Amino acid sequence: MSYVPGQPVTAVVQRIEIHKLRQGDNLILGFSIGGGIDQDPTQNPFSEDKTDKGIYVTRVTEGGPAEVAGLQIGDKIMQVNGWDMTMVTHDQARKRLTKRNEEVVRLLVTRQSLQKAVQQSMMS
Amino acid sequence: MSAAMDTESTYSGYSHYSGHSKKAHRQGSRDRHKSPRSKDGSRSEKSVTIQTPPAEPLLGNDASRAEEGQDDNWGETTTAITGTSEHSISQEDIARISKDLEDSVGLDCKRYLGLTVAAVLGLLVFLTPIAFILLPQILWRDDLEPCGTVCEGLFISVAFKLLILLIGTWALFFRQPKADIPRVFVFRALLLVLIFLFVFSYWLFYGVRILDSKDTNYQGIVQYAVSLVDALLFIHYLAIVLLELRQLQPMFTVKVVRSTDGESRYYSLGHLSIQRAALVVLENYYKDFTVYNPALLTASKSRAAKHMAGLKVYNVDGPGNNASGQSRAMIAAAARRRDSSHNELYYEEADHERRVKKRRARLVVAVEEAFTHIKRLQAEEQQKAPGEMMDPREAAQAIFPSMARALQKYLRTTRQQQYHSMESILQHLSFCITNNMTPKAFLERYLNPGPTLQYDRDRWFSKQWTLVSEEAVTSGLQDGIVFVLKCLDFSLVVNVKKIPFIKLSEEFIDPKSHKFVLRLQSETSV
Repeated sequence: MSYVPGQPVTAVVQRIEIHKLRQGDNLILGFSIGGGIDQDPTQNPFSEDKTDKGIYVTRVTEGGPAEVAGLQIGDKIMQVNGWDMTMVTHDQARKRLTKRNEEVVRLLVTRQSLQKAVQQSMMS
Repeated sequence: MSAAMDTESTYSGYSHYSGHSKKAHRQGSRDRHKSPRSKDGSRSEKSVTIQTPPAEPLLGNDASRAEEGQDDNWGETTTAITGTSEHSISQEDIARISKDLEDSVGLDCKRYLGLTVAAVLGLLVFLTPIAFILLPQILWRDDLEPCGTVCEGLFISVAFKLLILLIGTWALFFRQPKADIPRVFVFRALLLVLIFLFVFSYWLFYGVRILDSKDTNYQGIVQYAVSLVDALLFIHYLAIVLLELRQLQPMFTVKVVRSTDGESRYYSLGHLSIQRAALVVLENYYKDFTVYNPALLTASKSRAAKHMAGLKVYNVDGPGNNASGQSRAMIAAAARRRDSSHNELYYEEADHERRVKKRRARLVVAVEEAFTHIKRLQAEEQQKAPGEMMDPREAAQAIFPSMARALQKYLRTTRQQQYHSMESILQHLSFCITNNMTPKAFLERYLNPGPTLQYDRDRWFSKQWTLVSEEAVTSGLQDGIVFVLKCLDFSLVVNVKKIPFIKLSEEFIDPKSHKFVLRLQSETSV
């Protein structure tokens, strides 16, 4: 998951499809994000590499659409509906997730346990 | 003498158990002259020893009060009875008498010898150029060439240069000697020798070449005199550099520690000889260090004595005088004892602090109240109410009784009472009233012990100093030198350290290079 400039980023990802919930006038997803290229990466408690400026899931509300879909706290979001999330500012990330005319967002997320699971299955 | 010795032994027992500061002071001063106090050890052991009957010590205590020669209990009244013989002199009186004898006869002759030699040489040197100019006129006036304009111009220059030399010498050398130092002052001696040689060689040349041959070139002679005066001015410059300027730049840092209570200060000195450095340290001692108070020192001694007391060595294996083995055994046993002296110390100190603070609060309140009774009369009011007017001294006497008790209690608690007599307090009070000082300004003198200069000369305990040093006292200061300035009751240990060589480098920062960036970590819920 570490970023080497000029090299493509490779990671084991999981597809998560979240159906937005309508609450009054808003469509909510039920989680909070942190991180971004304009933020301070050293304060991120979930990242393995403290220079990683990606978007991370910092909170998942109980019973919300994100939890139902299988999103976990500490996940790094790599793509949203095909748009890259590894090199975006915090505000751009927020905008991409909260588009008013989209009811479903398809995320590609990665976490450390995925990498380990793949390694284990390869060895056995 | 023996009567005094008896009372000595009984007091020392008493001052063990009583906390009275006066007696403690006596004990401290007598300790110097007594050898190891085995009597005390035996007393606290509760073994049977035959001492003089207890009736006498009560009278002996009052004798100490009367002997002090100062009415300390001006807040309360007391009756003093002298019980011991009136002709007893204590050990310290003898020491003081012998010291006084030494002082009066003393080493003053050395100082005066130096001064007279310097004065004679100075006069000789000053008169030499005048003599050089006048002698040809007196001796062979008719043969001399007439003195032209150049020559007369030289006369003026000689006159002014001599005047400048006179003023410079007066400014530099004519000063009251402020100290008596043990060895001769090397640079001054060197300069005197240099001047003497210089003038001698000039006279020699003059005598041989001019007087003997009766030189007729008067202008040459005058120029010779002018060159002498110039050279003298340069020697004066050398004197300034050697005596005054060289030691101004700080090269050494000196740490001065007082041996009795550990109070320490640091001073910066330049290149000085050890004796001059000692002088500087002493001059600063009188204004920087708090006054030496023997009453504050006795507590630790009594604690240590109590710690070792109660241990006795029994030699079970037969006669064998193994003294060092015995003392080592005692030290080891004392160290292993689980005594609670540290506990005592802690609670005693906390208690003392509390008491001091309470008394201080009472004192401040009493003084503030007393000061409100006094009001300064303005000029117009002075004519209107002529009845009740008082001058500062009377005003001080009027308000003094209301604060006297609180002040005395406070001084007793902080053991400063022997430094302030009633007269001195009244004087200080009238001084403060005259100068419109607030109660706090009046109290500043009593709340904290001040430097030695603030107090009466009789209370200083430190007038005669001895310089103890392993190196010659005229040698210069070096890194690591230690010397001790001893006086009768305590000593100042002086440790010299060189100021480290400082490597300073520069770094230029462009004012436009100060740029900043925000580091955030925000969390947004989606």
